[in-house]
Amino acid sequence: MAEPAEEKEKKGLDIGLEKGVSKLTPEKIEQTINDVLDKECGPRFKTYVETCIHCGLCSEACHYYLSHDNDPRFSPVGKVKQTIWEMLRKKGKVNGEFIKRAAEITHTECNLCKRCAMYCPFGIDIAYLMTVVRRIIHKLGCTPQYIQDTAHSHSVHYNQMWVKGDEWPDTLQWQEEEAQAEIPTLRIPLEKEGAEIMYSVIAPEPKFQAQLIYQAAVIMDQAGVDWTMPATVGWDNSDMAMFTGDSELMGRLKRAHFETAARLKVKRIVMGECGHAFRSVYDMGNRWLGWQMPPIPIVHAIEFYAEILRAGKIKVAKKFSRPVTLHDPCNVVRGGGLHEDARYVTRQLCETLVEMHPNREHNYCCCAGGGVINCGPPYKMKRIEGNRVKAEQLFAAKARGAEVLITPCHNCHSGLHDIVHHYGVGLEIKFFGDILYEVMEKPEG
Amino acid sequence: MHSVYSFVTGPMVWVAFGVFVAGCLFRLVVLLSQVSRKEPFIFSYMNLKWSLRSIGHWIVPFATVNWRRHPVLTVVTFVFHICLFLVPIFLLSHIVLVDEAWSISWAALPDGLADALTLTVIACCLFFLVRRIRSPEVKFVTYPSDYVILAIVAAPFVTGFLAYHQWFGYPVMFILHVIAGEIMLIAIPFTRLSHMLFAVFTRAYMGSEFGGVRKAKDW
Amino acid sequence: MDERSNWDWEPGARTVADLNQWKEQYVWVEEPYVRPDGEAVAAIVNVDEGEFTVCVNGSPWEENTYEKIWHLRYLADGRLFAIISEMGEWTVSLDGAPWETKFGYVWNPIFTEDGRSVAVSFQQDMQYGMALNGHCWESTYPTMTNAALSPDGRHTAAAVQVASIGEADIQTFQQGCFTVAIDGSPWEQTFVNVWNMAFSPDGSRLAAEVRLNLYEYTIAVDGVAWNSVYNTVWEPVFHPTDGSVLAPVRLGGKWWLYCDGKPFWDPSFVQLWHPTFSSDGRRLAAVVAPKFGRWTVALDGKPWSATFRDMVTDLVFSPDGSRLAALGKEGPAWKVAVDGRVWDNAFDMAWQPVFSPDGRRVAAKVERSGKYTIAVDDRLWGRQCDAVWHPVFSPDGKRMLIRAVENGEFVRHVISVADIAG
Repeated sequence: MAEPAEEKEKKGLDIGLEKGVSKLTPEKIEQTINDVLDKECGPRFKTYVETCIHCGLCSEACHYYLSHDNDPRFSPVGKVKQTIWEMLRKKGKVNGEFIKRAAEITHTECNLCKRCAMYCPFGIDIAYLMTVVRRIIHKLGCTPQYIQDTAHSHSVHYNQMWVKGDEWPDTLQWQEEEAQAEIPTLRIPLEKEGAEIMYSVIAPEPKFQAQLIYQAAVIMDQAGVDWTMPATVGWDNSDMAMFTGDSELMGRLKRAHFETAARLKVKRIVMGECGHAFRSVYDMGNRWLGWQMPPIPIVHAIEFYAEILRAGKIKVAKKFSRPVTLHDPCNVVRGGGLHEDARYVTRQLCETLVEMHPNREHNYCCCAGGGVINCGPPYKMKRIEGNRVKAEQLFAAKARGAEVLITPCHNCHSGLHDIVHHYGVGLEIKFFGDILYEVMEKPEG
Repeated sequence: MHSVYSFVTGPMVWVAFGVFVAGCLFRLVVLLSQVSRKEPFIFSYMNLKWSLRSIGHWIVPFATVNWRRHPVLTVVTFVFHICLFLVPIFLLSHIVLVDEAWSISWAALPDGLADALTLTVIACCLFFLVRRIRSPEVKFVTYPSDYVILAIVAAPFVTGFLAYHQWFGYPVMFILHVIAGEIMLIAIPFTRLSHMLFAVFTRAYMGSEFGGVRKAKDW
Repeated sequence: MDERSNWDWEPGARTVADLNQWKEQYVWVEEPYVRPDGEAVAAIVNVDEGEFTVCVNGSPWEENTYEKIWHLRYLADGRLFAIISEMGEWTVSLDGAPWETKFGYVWNPIFTEDGRSVAVSFQQDMQYGMALNGHCWESTYPTMTNAALSPDGRHTAAAVQVASIGEADIQTFQQGCFTVAIDGSPWEQTFVNVWNMAFSPDGSRLAAEVRLNLYEYTIAVDGVAWNSVYNTVWEPVFHPTDGSVLAPVRLGGKWWLYCDGKPFWDPSFVQLWHPTFSSDGRRLAAVVAPKFGRWTVALDGKPWSATFRDMVTDLVFSPDGSRLAALGKEGPAWKVAVDGRVWDNAFDMAWQPVFSPDGRRVAAKVERSGKYTIAVDDRLWGRQCDAVWHPVFSPDGKRMLIRAVENGEFVRHVISVADIAG
């Protein structure tokens, strides 16, 4: 999730791009591009660029391309051509208008979902090339306004929603109190050193969706898990800095996250149903800091639910009766292989699973991830129109009986909400946590 | 004429093979040394099992989703690449040259078959050309260099075919064929034809990332 | 150390409190905390719906109950700290005596090493400040982060917002709206961001990580930025005696240790953080990654040869600075490493090592399969407990106080160190 608050349909200017570009000089552009390409990029970048034989086979991987009637400007390699290749060909001598367009392409026409990596015969990581463009845009100060604002929030509060230091523990204590009305002895243990698990979430949960923390607390409590949440920064696992190309800030956030877990002496970090945060802690942020793999194991909610259901720590009172379809979020499926666990959890909780097609690693992206939804209102329609194929895919699942759409990722949740609403798909969207909370055996239930 | 002939079939052959071999080695050494210097983390993720899993899927026709989505292109691509190696290596007249020089020989393709396979390569090149011109998603990312590269690959086969059939004057066509072959060899390490060298590495790296970290298929 | 000599060092085991009884007495009992001398154990307990108190050795710490109590901790001087809430207002309670001032919210307590000073962050009417030993900053700010307390316990500092920023106003933000406030008074200079800060040992100076614009980071000391800028920086530290400031800085994709804006250690690292001085300032250690995916400790710039895959944490010098210990994690196994040598024993979890006063012995709280015990010089105490706390050496280093929960009872053990170490 992570849309700017009060998202309204606004057309027009993005001051991040407009004002950013207005400050550029040709020399600044040239120097910045060449600095990033020559000094920060290495043989990986060079090899990708030189190995690509311009075959176009990646095109059909991209939901933007498919949704725009195979418009080649939206093919993965087409986006590389309009950005990286031009920068290389002109040795960085491109103009402000080009930079603006490059910022739009890399920030609002690519979700970094890496589906194209599975379609390129050479395995060229086109999403990586797009992140190089984002890095250049960041260095030029032309990142779209809303996602830049989110990065600023990260920089001040180490979370993506300007949640202040007091608001976090206060919200947890409020949710604990709420949940005690249902289960009188329930606790959200704060700062419990030596717990087995640290549970971490993204800032939209305390900000707008505190019921998700409530549900998680009930699940943890009923499963008898020895868990804790920090009362300091480091609780938020989200990371828009990763998507703005601000690697230094990404590193700062992830260090705080892992060091908080280390300070609390937990053995594992369980995280809520978020995809981009998983990418940040499992793949991107840890590497920037020098960790080959997360130094403290990261367990995504899907895997965690599968674990407690397999162990019988949670019993299902009555399975969810309405037929569900399952959206495989790119960051935890193509990026974490949790698709079979997701199906296991679905079958444990629900009577009927109607698969959408394509699925698993080949599922279409929600078109919200990769920071696209975080670029905010100016790009909302672009995002929705750029994912017509998703609506078609969902319509097909609905035609085969699906009534509820499970999306175990915040960004997917928000993005699909817009898709479902705009195209009139008519599916109700839920997290696994919503359904698990609903169907589990509880003391009163 | 004779001096040109001696040059292209003599020193130039050595130069071409020399540049090809040295160039390929140079590119690979540079790649690996740059990785160890600038992006050593890549080595930490490389894994033989996952590399082979990925390469295995992509070198088998129709073993990946994308190969299945493009049946004609898949067939053309595989046939083209197989013939591209098969014909020059197992052509009788090439083997005879090696035999004369070093008394090494191996089984040759029947001339008729070799001729047919040569035509197949040329037909594949035509297919790629038409695809470049006609498919919007390919045309959009096509530069003049893409046509040049295609021409570099097609030229040895076209000239070889013409020379074998002794059309348009055998001596000239023969010299052109030798030159075309030499140009292609020289071009491989230094143009996008270097995908011959690098594809195995890019594929292996992506395969390792998908297998070891992402725990997902990359096909 | 003097206080420790007054503790009961008579060898033997003594049950201080039976936590099982508490569980019968109250609706629920939260995690217990124990006094440094092991003579008291305390826990937040639920008396009734929405009613909490703190139970100390079986008795409530005061008559009142509160709507909420959290962050119970014993301070080094033996006082018992907690944050309490009543009628929607929050404050600090020490040994059951609440501060007079009440706040909209209180969090993030910081204590001095001797436990004599307590600082907290507070929110009042959506304005933020710090309170030190019950005394509040006179100025408050719309945003406050990265609170710090001077080692002498006399000064507090935090990063504060000094200019207003509209919603999603990235332009204003990038002009620099943050600074450091010490005891509530802001520096004149503003920065885009201010993060971790360090007071000098006497509390008179302060160094902080600052961001000058989105791309240039440096260290600011008393408001003055170092002359050089970096891709990013980590937390600064003051030299214990000579007043210089050191910090890890990132340049050209590598990490270096800089002192007062100039290179200090020769080698660069894939990662370098937690620079830590021995108390006399003669030796300097840091956690480093000499290569991608391998972690160790560098002492005076030289990394140990033993490395770990996942983490190195809890760096600690012996009191005289001659020895150095840390924890290392390789997969699920935590190990203790002392002067570059790694213990054979591996644990599911380990806590910061504790040196004996003469530095010859190293002890640590460790966990295996959910049971806790104490390890000394790679040898384990025979008892497996439900909980233990950091081991405490007697002033002469011959005995050890082990505070443990066994079968629900809090037991105070005094043993001869030789009983474990041999």
